[in-house]
Amino acid sequence: MSDWLLWLRGHETLLLCVGAATFVTVLPKVLPVTFLRGDCLPPLLRRWLDFVPVAVMAALVGPDIFIYNGRFDLSTDNLFLMVSIPTFLVAWKTKNYFVTIAVGIGLVILARWAGFV
Amino acid sequence: MSQTTGAARSFSGPAWAEGLRRALPITLGYVPVGFAFGVLAVKNGIPAGLAVAMAVLMFSGSGQFVFASLWGGGAGILSTAAAVGIVNLRYLLMSAAESPWLSRLPRAQRFLLGLGLTDETFAVHITALQEGWTLNAATMYVCNSTTHLSWVGGCAIGAFCGNLVNDVRPLGLDYAITAMFLALLVPQCASRLHVLVAVFTGALSVALKAGGMSQWNVAVATVAGASLGLALSLRARRGAPEEAA
Repeated sequence: MSDWLLWLRGHETLLLCVGAATFVTVLPKVLPVTFLRGDCLPPLLRRWLDFVPVAVMAALVGPDIFIYNGRFDLSTDNLFLMVSIPTFLVAWKTKNYFVTIAVGIGLVILARWAGFV
Repeated sequence: MSQTTGAARSFSGPAWAEGLRRALPITLGYVPVGFAFGVLAVKNGIPAGLAVAMAVLMFSGSGQFVFASLWGGGAGILSTAAAVGIVNLRYLLMSAAESPWLSRLPRAQRFLLGLGLTDETFAVHITALQEGWTLNAATMYVCNSTTHLSWVGGCAIGAFCGNLVNDVRPLGLDYAITAMFLALLVPQCASRLHVLVAVFTGALSVALKAGGMSQWNVAVATVAGASLGLALSLRARRGAPEEAA
């Protein structure tokens, strides 16, 4: 048991840090959904929240596509941008969730297999 | 109340199967990204067991990556926690956006479902709800715990045997989450207003990140984009009072 205690003592700062990081991660996830009375929010706030899904998805996917290897890249060297154009078209035309994802991953595999870095 | 997107989809079959269906593409992305986190964490001086504990407790890709790189760089508790907190501000928005949909569940259930909130689980659940899915907590639990398990599993493989696996890039799985967001985002853009909000928010997020605001970009761009959407929809409604949102 002293080994275990020694380990704890040796990683005191790191453990505190993990605790703090867990706290600031879990709180924003649970606080609103647990305590907001979602069915009687002010109408304006509710309308605003209706735009959050489309906004947050665009905010997440934009950098995934346009920032490649750590920098903004509009050239054909940006594999994810090159793959995202046909993937977008498939999503738009088929509206099929799994087909879109499979085509996207498949194109990345093909491109890497063909030597595209 | 809310906008429903054009692509109607049937939600037949057992609740757990729908949960697994939602989880599948996410787990494809989580395992390799979790793996990468495990490798990075150990490289930055975090013991493997603790790296796995972080995956269990935090369940947040971007938060954990920020943590590992700051810890490796010798940052203190306060600055690390502050950076992780800033990255996670977007969860406040998602959790709030989920609240009207979950309001008929008991508070304890809403708390538990909140614990399973990530960018990806939020995106699949909210999209299904907008497409007319009747809320079923079992589906959400199955999806959240399956994805959580795959995240913890990926982190554990990376932390404990990161040297055993070579390059995973030929598998193309680093694109899985991006493809998933595209597949969810495109049907969201059902009206010109939504297209506008998506393009504006995406561009702002890219600009902020390219400009060095790599921890704030998602939250700031989302707040700006949703506000733009609200302002434009109010203006449109004033023009045509009986038009529904």
